[in-house]
Parts: sequence; C-alpha cells; structure tokens
Amino acid sequence: MSEATAHHEEHHGVGHIVDWRVLIGVLVSLLILTWLTVKVTEFDLGSLNIVIALVIATLKASLVCLFFMHLYYDQPFNSIILVSSLLFVLIFILFSLLDLSAYQSSIIPDYISSLRDPAYPLDQLK
Amino acid sequence: MATTTDTLPGRPYGEVEGNYLTHERGLLSWLTTVDHKRIGVMYLACISGAFLLGGIFAMVIRWELFSPGPTVPGLNADRYNQIFTLHGAIMTFLVIIPGIPAALGNFVLPMMLGAKDVAFPRLNLASWYLWVTGAIFAVTSLVMSAADTGWTFYTPYSTTTQTAVIPMTIGAFILGFSSIFTGLNFIVTIHKMRPDGLTWFKLPLFLWGIYATAIIQIIATPVLGITLLLLIAERVLGVGIFDPTYGGDPVLFQHFFWFYSHPAVYIMILPAMGIISEMIPVFSRKHIFGYTAIAYSSIAIAMFSFIVWGHHMFAAMSPLANMVFSAVTFSVSIPSAVKVFNWTATMYKGSIRLATPMLYALSFLFLFTIGGLTGLYLATLGTDIHLHDTYFVVAHFHYVMVGSTMIAFIGGLHYWWPKIFGKMYSEKWGNVGCIVTFLGFNITFLPQFVLGMRGMPRRYYDYIPEFEALHRLSSIGAFIMGIGLFVTLFCLVYSLFKGKPAPDNPWGSASMEWQATSPPHYHNFTKPPKVGDPYDYTDLVWDPKSEGYYRKAEGQGAA
Amino acid sequence: MTTETQVIDEGGHDHEHAHSPHLQHHFDTLDQQFNAGKLGMWLFLATEILLFGGLFVAYAIYRNLHPEIFEYGHHFLDPKLGGINTAVLILSSFTMAAAVRFAQEGKQGMLKLCLVLTLCGACGFLGIKYIEYSHKMVHGIFPGKYYNPDEHILEEELLGAHGHGAVAEHGRDHASSSGEETHGEGAHEESTQSAEASAQAAPAEGEFVIEKSQIVEAPEGPEGMVGIVHEKPELPKRPEKAHVFFGIYYLMTGLHGIHVLIGMCAIGWVFFRSTRGEFGPDYFTPVDLVGLYWHLVDLIWIYLFPLLYLIH
Ligand code: HEM
Ligand SMILES: [Cu+2]
Repeated sequence: MSEATAHHEEHHGVGHIVDWRVLIGVLVSLLILTWLTVKVTEFDLGSLNIVIALVIATLKASLVCLFFMHLYYDQPFNSIILVSSLLFVLIFILFSLLDLSAYQSSIIPDYISSLRDPAYPLDQLK
Repeated sequence: MATTTDTLPGRPYGEVEGNYLTHERGLLSWLTTVDHKRIGVMYLACISGAFLLGGIFAMVIRWELFSPGPTVPGLNADRYNQIFTLHGAIMTFLVIIPGIPAALGNFVLPMMLGAKDVAFPRLNLASWYLWVTGAIFAVTSLVMSAADTGWTFYTPYSTTTQTAVIPMTIGAFILGFSSIFTGLNFIVTIHKMRPDGLTWFKLPLFLWGIYATAIIQIIATPVLGITLLLLIAERVLGVGIFDPTYGGDPVLFQHFFWFYSHPAVYIMILPAMGIISEMIPVFSRKHIFGYTAIAYSSIAIAMFSFIVWGHHMFAAMSPLANMVFSAVTFSVSIPSAVKVFNWTATMYKGSIRLATPMLYALSFLFLFTIGGLTGLYLATLGTDIHLHDTYFVVAHFHYVMVGSTMIAFIGGLHYWWPKIFGKMYSEKWGNVGCIVTFLGFNITFLPQFVLGMRGMPRRYYDYIPEFEALHRLSSIGAFIMGIGLFVTLFCLVYSLFKGKPAPDNPWGSASMEWQATSPPHYHNFTKPPKVGDPYDYTDLVWDPKSEGYYRKAEGQGAA
Repeated sequence: MTTETQVIDEGGHDHEHAHSPHLQHHFDTLDQQFNAGKLGMWLFLATEILLFGGLFVAYAIYRNLHPEIFEYGHHFLDPKLGGINTAVLILSSFTMAAAVRFAQEGKQGMLKLCLVLTLCGACGFLGIKYIEYSHKMVHGIFPGKYYNPDEHILEEELLGAHGHGAVAEHGRDHASSSGEETHGEGAHEESTQSAEASAQAAPAEGEFVIEKSQIVEAPEGPEGMVGIVHEKPELPKRPEKAHVFFGIYYLMTGLHGIHVLIGMCAIGWVFFRSTRGEFGPDYFTPVDLVGLYWHLVDLIWIYLFPLLYLIH
C-alpha cells in the first residue's frame, strides 16, 4: 500500500496511473520484439532457436506484466503470486519430463501398434 | 455479572436480535444470501447429503464383500466397479475436499478475523452454486450409466469404457472451480480483512491451516481442470496425449492426475489439522505448544506436497524418478510429525476435559498417526511395489481421509455447533457417537492393512476364501461405524429442536469467533471484537449459571 | 432486512461509511477494497497459468520426446497470420491499458473508445484464427483421430513453406511438379480451391496412398518414389505421431480462443457499465481487473506464438 499512497499526491483515486510514455514505449518494444522473434527463426541456430524464442517471449511477457499489468507499481505480493505460479508449472514440467524421458528407452517399439487390429482403422477405434 | 452487555454468556436462543438465522426468512433468502455464515450452513447441509449418498455406496461395497462370490442381489462385477467409483468420486470431490473449508471455514474464518464477511461475498455464493452444479453432473453420470473408472480416471481405461465418464469429469471440473474460488476468497480475506493489531502470528492456527489449503487449492486444482479437459478431449477427439492407441502416454495422465491429487490429499488434511490445533488447547486449558512450528509446518506441507506426487506411480515410473520421489516423500512426513508432537506437548500437564470435540481430537491423533506412518511404508519403494494397489493402500488412505479428516470435521462441527446454531447438543450422545464411530472405524480398516499385506488387491469384486474372515470383520466394522455416524447425526439434529440454548463461549476459547453471540448477529459482531492471543485462556472464567465462559476483565467491567 | 443483501449487490452502501458510494459494507477503505480485488484477480490469474500450464507440460513432453512432429507440423501454420495476430493482441492489450488509464482519469469518452477498440482487436484476432482453422480443416487437418490430411495438399504446403513452391494445378502429376516454381504463401486461397480440385480430379491416387493415416508421404508408384527422394530431399516425412502436434495445436489455441471469448464478454460488460458512467478515479476496479485478465490472454499468446509457429 505504501506504493499506492506514495502516489496519492498525483491524483485522488486509488491505484497508480501509468505514464503515457511508458505505455507507448512498452507497446513499441513489444512490436519490435515480435518482429525480432520472427526474424530470428529464419536462422538455424540449432537448439539455441528455442532458447532465444523463449527468452524473447519472456522479455515481452515481463514488459506486459510490469507495466500493462502494473506489477511494477503494485504491492509486491502480486508479483510473488505470479512468479510462484510459474515456478510450479516449471516443477510440473521438469519432474514429468525427468520421468518420461528416463523410461522412453524401455518402451518396446511398435508394441502398441502391434496390438492394434489392422482391420480396425485408427480413426474408428472407440 | 451484568445482564445487559452483548457478550453475556447464556443468552437464550432467539433472543439474539438480528441473528443470522432468523433475520430473514424463506428459502429464497437463503438461496440469494451472500452472508458467509449462511453459505457455510448451506454447504454443510449439501455436503452432509453427499456424505450420506457416498456412505450408502460404501455400505453396498462392504455388503458385497461380506462373503466371496456374488453377495448383493443384482450386483454384478461391472456394477460393483460403478459403485466404488461413485463412492470414491463423491466422497473425494463432493465431501472431503470442500468439507472443512467450505462448510466450517466459511462460517468461522471471517469471524476468527473479526471481519464482517469474506472479501468477495458474491463469489462465495457463486462457488456454492458451482458445487451444486458439479453435484448435479455427478448425479447425471450416476443416472446415465455411472462411470466405472475409479475416482482416479486412469487412461486408457477411462478413454475406452462405455460408461458416462464425461459427465463425471465435467462434474469434477466444475467442483474444482468451486474449490478454487473458495480458496481464492479465503486467501484474500486473510490478507486484506484483518483488523489492526491482528498480525499473522496472532491468527488462530485453523486460519494457517485454511491458508495453506487455499494455496494448494489455487495452484493444484487448475491442473485437475486441465487434466479432465484433456481427458474429455482424448475421449472425444483422440488427441493422442494420454491414449496409447493414438500415440499418447498413459503414464503422463498419471503425472497430470497426481500433480493435483497428491496436493489434494493435503487440501483434505490441512484444515483438519487446523481444527485439531484449535480444539486441543481449548480442552487442555493450556496455550498451544509450538505455535510457530505448527504454523510454518502447514505452509511447509503445502509446499512439499507439490513435489511428491510420484509416490502414487512407483509401479509405472522410471527407476530414476522412483528414487527421487521416494526420497522427497519422506520429507513431507516431517512437518506432519512436527504437528503431532506439538499437539501432544500441548496436552502434557494440561487439565484435559473430555468433551465430545476433544474425544474427536484424540481419535484424530490416534488415527492420523496410524495413517501417516503407514504412508511411510508406502513411500518406501521396495515395500510399495508389494503393497501398491492392495487393501493396504485402501486402509492407509481411509485412515487419513476418514479417520483424520472426517473425524476432525465432525469434531469441529461439534466444537462450533453451539456457535453456528446456538444450541447445545447432548454431551452424552455426542460421546457415544464418537466412541462408536471410532471403534467401528478401526474394526473396518485395521483388518484391511492385513488383507493388503497378504495380497488382497483393491477394487476387486471377489476374493479367495482365505480372506473371508478379515473381510467380514471389516464389513461388520463398517456397519458399526454407520451406526455411530447416525447416532451423531441424531444427536446434532435433535439439539436443534430440543437442545439447551448455547452460551456465547461454552468451551472457553480465546479466539475471536466466540466473542460473538450464539448464534451470531448477521453482521457477525455487535461490537468490535477484541484482538488478543487466541490461545491465552488465563482470564477466561467459568460461569456455572450460564454454563459458559466469560472474560474476567469484561465481566468485572460490565458488572 | 432484505435491503441489506441488495445493498451489497449494488456494490456498496453507506450507512457506516459515508465517504464513498462504491465502498462495500465489509471493507473499511477504498484502498483496502481495491487491493483486495487486485489480489483476488492475481490469484485467479495464477490458476489460469496453472490451467494452461498443463498444456505446456504436454507440449514440453512431446516436443522433447518427439521433436520431429513439431518440425513437421509447424509447416502447416502460417507465421505471417500468427505474427499479425500477435500484433493485434498486443495492440488490444495496449488499448486496454489505456482504457484503465482513462478510467482512472475519469475520461469517459476515451474510456469507452478504448474498450471498443479492445473489443475490435479481440474480434480481429478471432477472425484471423477462424481463417487459420478453416484453412487447415479443408485440408483434413483435424485434431486427433480425425486427422486425415489430403496427402498432396500437404506436400504443396510443405514445399511452399520451404520456398520450393508447389503446383496446385498439377497436383495430379505430382512427381513431375516438383521442380516447378511456386505460388508461395500468398496463394492460400488458390491452394484451398485446388485442394478440392485435386481431390475430385485424382480419384486414382487414393489407391496408391496405402494407409491414409499411417506414416510417410504418399509414394507415387516405384519410379515416383525414387523421383521424390532425389528431387526433393527437403520434403519432411510425415512422422507417425504427426496428429499429436495438431491435437496440441488445437487444444492450446482452442483453450486460448475460449479465453479470448470470455475476455470479450468481460470487456463488453465493463463497456456496458462505462456507458452508465460508473467509473472514475475512485472506482475503476472492474476495468482494472478485466484489463488484467485481458493481458493474461495476451501473455499466453506471447508464448504460444513462438512455440507453435516459429519452430526452426
Ligand atoms: C503423512 C504422510 C503421507 C505419506 C508418506 C503418504 C504416502 C502415500 C503413498 C506412498 C501412497 C501410494 C500408495 C500406492 O498407491 O501404492 C499413498 C496413497 C494415498 N494417500 Fe497417502 N500419504 C500420506 C498422507 C496422506 C494424507 C494426509 C492423505 C489424505 C488426507 C492421504 C491420502 C492418500 C490417498 C487418497 C491415497 C490413495 C489414492 C489412490 O490410489 O486412490 N495420504 N499415500
Ligand atoms: Cu500422495
């Protein structure tokens, strides 16, 4: 709340009013970053491609969160919520990936398709 | 003793002006209410109904297993699958998960904070309607052709069975959102609605429990939502994420499901632990021991619960993941044990009064210890491979879900009953109900540990004759428990009509909800409640005339 | 006492707190009320993130274990349309942020204008999405088990994406068409038409396509096979689990689309309230919260776009 009260001189309502220059700056950067991420895909950088794509996306997302969504001016707890929700998604991804990639090698290839009745096409299976 | 103050002990029922039960009348005034107390009561009624329905299915299951071979007339193996699925799904999604937070939490939480209501009263009502809608879908599945997948909806069976899986999953999806909104409301309420001076570490531990629960509700429940959506998509479209015939991976479904459902078991137990933390000090007349340890352990449990889900999948995962998950699972039992030790230490040298809520609290301690410790057997990789999918698991989770959560729920109901309805129930019949339930419960589920160790698989319609004696014992126990629960039900309902009016503070608790009248005013408090240590009983004095407690300072001041 | 509930429903009353008509009875100050609303919305956004999180898990797993289906599948998505849609969403996010600002300043006209602009952005997004979906569906690219693509169109699409181009009119004689130059990306409509054309014109082909939904591109008889391999080495083979990519694609964009729809309803509701001049410096919480929701929809898309469309 300290943040909110700090700006009470500027206007008499609640919340923080974001400067126009900030809003427009964010908009322009978002568009540029979008263009950049499209362009960068044209180069084959191997596994770096996805890393770069994700880094740019995260940059864009941070801009949206911080300024469009006011997190920069908000009570910090809201940011904590956002970041921790992302952390839990990460936990979810990492642990299931850990397991699934560990047992891939023990899957018998074509086992499932051998169970499939060839007279019974894929798209009619119930 | 003054006779005019608001906090007068022993005010007769109905004399509380504008009490929330009577200030408006008629069904519509209930269905459109945004009062957290009324919503809590509505949840209580609905959840009890669902509990009864799920209980009937349980009795059918136990009847069927009374002897080997077909036992219940007209119940074949397929029907049996549907019955245990309905039992499991109703009990988890409709009863245990919403149970304590939505019914008791809704009533008590704002009052414990000294607030007028939860932060979003209308959202609160909306989540009740979501609960009802979810229940309707579950019943639709029942009427169409009840799902027979088990409450876990494992693929590929759930994508191939011809029964009405989709209504059941839609129902669970909606119930999930009901649970999310309740949790959301509670977190905001605890953050934003505390009066000045009520710091985090002056909160009653029930609120810490509810808070930790709400964290899990917010973070885990959406994953249940997407899991069920994906399951529906798999069934309808065959997208090939979970179903191996389309190139999917059924173990991935288990990851999805348990990412929610292991935390969900803590959605069930954390509020129960909160209730126990309230009741034990009150009935020991002693300050809670290790407040901060209990408070932090709730949060710790909530956090740990997100990294142990794999212990439900030891039979399916890679050795690497198995080892990781097994190791982490042990860590989650530490905060649980911290709590148990602190409760025991609270009782040490206390002057214990064996009122009905305290009996439930003691039952909880006993049963939760068994349930938690058997969890460790299951968390051990080697033993779990033997015990997985046997009655041992069934016994384990009934000890924690029924023996702990349900018992704490019923105990808490007795504890707050005078506050909620302004009536005292019969102490004697309350005790009888508790003891019979406790005995019945143990007779039901202790034999199941043995059955499981000997290899009786879960979810089976039939069994070899060697298991007959233990199964019979278990069934008999179930019927005894049923009787105990009915005694409790009658004891409580009877009190509504014939019970003595409740004093404002019958147990001598120091937390804020007891400063309101019994039943409370529809604005909760008629004068601003006093903030203090919720476990400090030193200046609470017993008043034999009203059979309640009052604060010494106040009593004198008013007199 | 029935009035009590009504008063709460109206969003505020003032028998105890005479200072603002917007203050609900259970809050003490407007600040408290505003911050409570924000906290609640952020918690809700966290649940949304976890909800989508499940889909991202599915994505991460399949992308890791079966990268070939993503390399193959992304050729069927048009990064131009996707990029335009990204820009549209970003712009609508901006107008939404501006709407919040105008609400805070009490500029009613601009507030309404910005809300309408945001709604337009949302409609534009869904319109483009519709074009994308229908473009795929005429090719038989449906999710999951309904995935039943027309082999020739797929090859054209793939070659087009590789810059080699495909010759729609010559779909019939497919091995010889490989060298010819292109219609490029602009020719969507044309290739859509020719999809139908070739489906009608070349009934014989179905016989060569051994099992429609199983593996690899359709060989055109033994020589054709050789020809294809030599002349078009870039042509990716259809991996066995190709349909999983489209399943994930449809689920992710579909769920996102549903969120766009919900967002539109919410914006519409806020717009309706703004026409009654309900918002001002003291009370703009609904605009702010709907804005937060709308930005989340944008956020999700910011990730979906590179993950689905921009795969190298
Ligand atoms: C104290 C620590 C606990 C540990 C270490 C633990 C461990 C386990 C393990 C390893 C399993 C899997 C058994 C198997 O399927 O082979 C299991 C199952 C289960 N546990 Fe626990 N548990 C604990 C507490 C709880 C609590 C508090 C609850 C609920 C209130 C609970 C509810 C369940 C349920 C419902 C299942 C079975 C789900 C199913 O397969 O249908 N557990 N537990
Ligand atoms: Cu578990």
